This record gives sequence, C-alpha cells and structure tokens, in this order.
Amino acid sequence: MTEPRNGSGTDRRRFLKGAALAGAAPAIAATTSVAQAQVAAPRHLPSALPPNAHQIAAETHTPGPIENRIGGKPGSDFMVDVIKTLDIKYTPSNCASSFRALHESIINYGDNKAPEYLSCMHEESGVGMAHGYFKVTGKPLMTMVHGTVGLQHATMGIYNAWCDRVPVIIIGGNDLDAASRPPGVPTFHAAQDINTIVRDYTKWDDMPTSLQAFAQSMVRGYKIAMTPPYGPVAISLDAGLQQEPIGAHNSGLYIPKFTMPSPPAGEMGAVKDAAKMLLAAENPVIVADRAARTPNGIRLLVELAELLQAQVVDQGGRMNFPNTHYLARGAGVTAQADLILGLELSDFWAVVNSYTDNGEHGIGYNSAKAKAGVKLISISSVELLTKANYQDFQRFQSVDISMPADAEATLPALIEAVKSQMTSERRAQNDQRAEKAKKAFADIRGRETAAAAVAWDASPISTARLCMELYNQIKDEDWSLVASEGNVSNWPNRLWKMEKHHHWLGRSGGYGVGYGAPASVGAALANRDLGRFSVSIQSDGDLMFAPGVLWTAAKHKIPLLSVMHNNRAWHQEVMHVQRMASFRNRPSNYGNDAGPIGTMIQNPDIEYHKLAESMGWWAKGPIKDPAQLGPAIKEAMAVVKSGQPALLNVWTQPR
Amino acid sequence: MKKLVYAALVAATACGLSSAFAGDATKGKATFVGKGCWQCHGYEGQGGSAGPRLANTQLPEDGLISFVHNTNGIMPPFSEKLISDAELSDIYAYLQSRPKPADPKTIPLLNLK
Repeated sequence: MTEPRNGSGTDRRRFLKGAALAGAAPAIAATTSVAQAQVAAPRHLPSALPPNAHQIAAETHTPGPIENRIGGKPGSDFMVDVIKTLDIKYTPSNCASSFRALHESIINYGDNKAPEYLSCMHEESGVGMAHGYFKVTGKPLMTMVHGTVGLQHATMGIYNAWCDRVPVIIIGGNDLDAASRPPGVPTFHAAQDINTIVRDYTKWDDMPTSLQAFAQSMVRGYKIAMTPPYGPVAISLDAGLQQEPIGAHNSGLYIPKFTMPSPPAGEMGAVKDAAKMLLAAENPVIVADRAARTPNGIRLLVELAELLQAQVVDQGGRMNFPNTHYLARGAGVTAQADLILGLELSDFWAVVNSYTDNGEHGIGYNSAKAKAGVKLISISSVELLTKANYQDFQRFQSVDISMPADAEATLPALIEAVKSQMTSERRAQNDQRAEKAKKAFADIRGRETAAAAVAWDASPISTARLCMELYNQIKDEDWSLVASEGNVSNWPNRLWKMEKHHHWLGRSGGYGVGYGAPASVGAALANRDLGRFSVSIQSDGDLMFAPGVLWTAAKHKIPLLSVMHNNRAWHQEVMHVQRMASFRNRPSNYGNDAGPIGTMIQNPDIEYHKLAESMGWWAKGPIKDPAQLGPAIKEAMAVVKSGQPALLNVWTQPR
Repeated sequence: MKKLVYAALVAATACGLSSAFAGDATKGKATFVGKGCWQCHGYEGQGGSAGPRLANTQLPEDGLISFVHNTNGIMPPFSEKLISDAELSDIYAYLQSRPKPADPKTIPLLNLK
C-alpha cells in the first residue's frame, strides 16, 4: 500500500489525484501492525550485490550524456517558461525550502534573467520592493514566499499593496501531500488552504494542482492583478508539482497568451451628466488621490483643470498634478467648492467631513467641512472591488454621480464631453478665473516659504531645512522621491517642484509601518534601470521593522540616497498617548525619555549610519548641525552616482 | 462648547488681558519639553503638520493660557492640574524669546529656481 517518496514507479501527481480513491480502499489487513502500516521496515540487503544492467553499461560503454535523476524536465522548469512569457524582470525573495525547486529553475534553467533573483532578508521586504518597483515602472514583480510562515511574514506588505492598489504577484510554496512530504518542518509549513490568510486583501488566489493549471493560473493571476483597480494576487505551488518531472500525463502543455486588459471607463451617459454639472458649477474643485496611474494621467488632469479653471487638490496617493501649476491647491479649498469631483479617492467622506479626536468622554466628533448643498461626483475603480472584512473602503459617502470606473481611462471622454457642452459664455469666464487663481497661487507660495523659514537654524534640524537642503542638491538631476515616510510636514510636496510622475510615488496605502525602506529600494532598482536618481526620506521607526533590506540594496548595487528623518520616536504614537493622558487628566509618564514610555526610540540612540555601514552602505551621522547637512548630502550624492547606496543619519525636529 | 472656548479666546484678546511677560523663558523651555508641547509644535514652537506655529505667537498670554486649558479643537485640553498658569506663563515667555525668523527672501534655499 505504501510507496517510498523516492520510489521509482509512482508519479506523485497521479498519487494525489488517486488519493480519494485510495481512501475508499479496504483498511490495512488486520495482520499488519500499526507501526508497519505507518513506516515500511527497511529491507536487509546483502553487503555485495551483482551489478545491474545500468552499472554494467556504465563500466563497459562510452558514457552517454548525464541525465538528471528525476528522469525528465522538472515541473518548475515549465513554470519558468510560463513566467518568462510575462516579462517579470525581478523576483525579490527570501529563500525557502517550499519553493526550492522553482528557485533552482529560475537561477539555473532560466539563467537568472527575467526574473532575476534578488536576495531579501524578509518576505515583507520582498513585497515592499515589488510595491515600490511597480510605482516607477507600471510593471509588477513576483516575490516568492515560504509556505505558511513566509506568507505570514509577507502579510503586512501585501495589505499595503492592496490598499495602495498595486499589483504584486506572490508565489508561495506549500507541500500538500501529507503522506509523502517530509515530516517535521515542511509539515509545520504546509496548509490545506494556505492563502486564506491573505484572501481578504488580494484580488485573487489559487493553488493549482497540475502544471497546465499553473500556466493558466499564472497568466490569469497576472491579468487580474493588472486590471484596474490593480491589486496583489497569490498563487501557491505544491512542492511536488515543482519538483517532479513533467511526465507523460502532462503532454500537450501550453502557455496561454496574455493580453493586457483595457481599464474600465465610465458609462457615457454618466460622463455627459458629470460634464454638465462641472460646467454649471461656480467653483468646481477636483480632488485626486490615485487618479494618475501613468504620466498621461497628469496630462489629462491638467487639461481638464484648465478647461474648467478648476482648482485641484492632489492628495498624493500618486503624483497627479504638478504642484507648480497655478491651479494646485491644499485641501482647504474644498470648503468653498460648490462641486467636488473626486478621482480615485480612498476616502471621499473625509473630503467633505472632518473628525476631531477631542469630543466628550474621549470620543471624537464629526463635523461637515464642505458647503451645504455641494454636489459630489465620484469616479473610482475601487468601487468595482470591495471586500467585507478589512475596512479600507472607509465610511460611506453619498454622491450625486457615481462612476465605478478607472479615472484615468474616463478622463478623455469627460474632457471631450466638457468641450462639447461648453458655451461661449462659460469659456469667456475662464480668463477671469485664471487670473484670480494665479494671484492666489503666488500668495500661497509666499506663505509656505515664510513657514519654512521658522526655526531654520534649529538643532535638531527642522524638517523644512532637511527637505530644502536635500532638494538643493538633487534639483538638477532627473530625481525621484521614492518614499517619504514619517511625516516631514509635507515639505517636499509644498516646496519642491514636482511635475513628473516619478517625482512623487505616494505612500504605503495601508499605513503599515515598514513600507518606506523596502519600497525605496524597489523603486530605486527601477530608477537605476531607467537612469534616474533616487532619494528617500527615511524615518527611524519605519527602517527598524526590517532593516535587512539595506543589505539587499548593497548586494545588488542599487543606488539610493536615503536621508533619515530621525526624530527618535514613533512620533504619531507619542502624540496619541499624550492625548489619552490629557483626556484622562493625568500626567504622562515619560520614564527617562522625552515622551511617553513606549513611544520613544532613545536611550540608547540607534546609530543608523553604523547599521547601514555594516550592511555595505556608505553612511554618515548623526548630523545635528544644519550647517553640516548640505555638505554631507553632497558627499553622499557622489557615492550614489557611483552606483552605491548611501545613508545620512540626520537628527530632526519631530515633524 | 467649542464656540464658548473660541469666544473666551476672542474676548481675552479683545480686552487686552495679557500681562507683560511674567514668565521665565528658561523655565518655560524646560516645561515646553517636559510637558510634551514639543510633540506637536516642535522644540522651537515652529509648528508643523501636527500643530500650528507658536514661536513669537500673536496670541496674548491670557489667551494662550485659556486656550490650553479649555480647547476642544484638534488639540486636547491640558487642565490646571497638568500644567499650571505659572508654567504656561513661562512657556509663553519662552515662545516669545524665540528668534524672529529671517525673511524667506534672504534664505537662498527657499528661493531655488
């Protein structure tokens, strides 16, 4: 009844498929002991055996080509054939036994190209790198994760990608056959429904049980991930499916052709109605979050804004609108709007309402911040994909026109509808509106620089000074701010000239701390291939979740200038705990630190520059004197331009 | 309640209730740090995304004290038990002692082309 795992006769796929039938077979004969039924006793063999035919041939004939021991092309080689059709350039992964066969095929059979294996210290780093890479290139990466525990490590990164509408292809290992998989560790790491842990925040998942099913699954998964709204997918691969030869029962394998799906655009009737409302509004405001999926999205948004002379609030989920444009505005302008067009907003409710965390009994209160009667139009692809469990869909907001559609794909039709409905009288108003908007824009710029000048020479260094010293050095490069975690009072978006899609990549999506470091490295990898200069503003708390990604950057020669916003705290939590103490009318216990116990990263201070140096980075710090910052950045830039990563540990003001 | 606090603040400003800087700026700096004011307003009171600028504030001293004790806006209230009027006077003196920021037009990094 039993067959050794490495026996010569049984095909494991057929074994799996026949498992149900075998289960119905009569029980083991009563004369077989329990122990014998579980493990076949080793046969006692004589110490010397006569040579078999293979050994005789080996000794007496010209040696033939050396064949592999498994007797044919491994299943994981075919998997690589499939993966290569999708042009996935890298696979940042942490190695693991449950995908060892695919790993071996990628680096040996696949020549370690497309995808190229990148060594990661943590699964969350692999996902974060893929997250950042996509936001530069618009192309997803694949990351491999170990069965169960590796996927568990990856989950926070996957949730961030889900909330940020970023496609990541997660390939997980698993060893399904409980009768033949190794006992111990591989069995701890196997699961019957392994992807259940990520099902609520992936667009789709699968566990194919044949190579043909894998081919379909991989192409299907890629297509689903790349259909707006984008999102991660997870495919789990049985270890046996990877390791065993393709075999006769898999003859006729084919790889389905991938066709890039077109994004869903808004229905034309709704588009025309929206154009009519926009033209009728006295003060329309456009609010964009993840609207510009591509550089063309910026161009389209500028065209629509100028056509209407509508002010634009860029919430920064992506680089949607040039901050140098005279129609660019902060969030406050929505208070005076009589119409708000929301494009791919993750939270429309919060655009027209506010929540103040300071109500009676320590509970916050809501209030309206938009004008009564304001008209609302929503274009959002996320409405096409809402799941129940995690609350990333935010509060429900009623709107006047709702288009569950991709905003960028809908903008051309909306622009045409506005043009065709615009009267000469309405067009005549535009010059006056533009003049007023340009004057307001100049005033705003003056207020921003005045605010930046306060505490300019302070130590610890002000976040405004940090950002402007940095911008001064990079402004003449083709730069890309790949991440800005930890909150530097939004100075880059307020004072840097952000005009190109890669100038700003947005944030984590799910606010899962630990995104900044790996996403920076992944985005810098993409920018390296495109010849751009990558810079990140790296917070201390974020880095320490998985600092091993620094080693990945050094190992794979990914140039990145990482300037730390080291405020020596999980600063958001500093304020939260302080707020609780104030509500409860009791002093906050700081222990020996400068803020509430448990929220500060000090005593001892972490020497991030030494941490980075230990992993192959050029690094310097701690820099506390603002006068030393500019020269240090210049020095670090030279290193980065030589192809190496560099880190500056800068002590900063809290925000 | 929110309106009442605002009204009290306006009234305090309008009536000129503020006294001369009675506080001690050195003590005020220690209190500003020790009571956690820096957390939202920065060590120099320069302000940022979490709280407005307080350095060289135009608020009268009594207005500031009233606001800190009674706010139900974004900032949580700090009762007299948590921070006394005298301590707030010291903080006020500290905030007024902060150097006036330079004209941004004279800072080259704020005038990059």
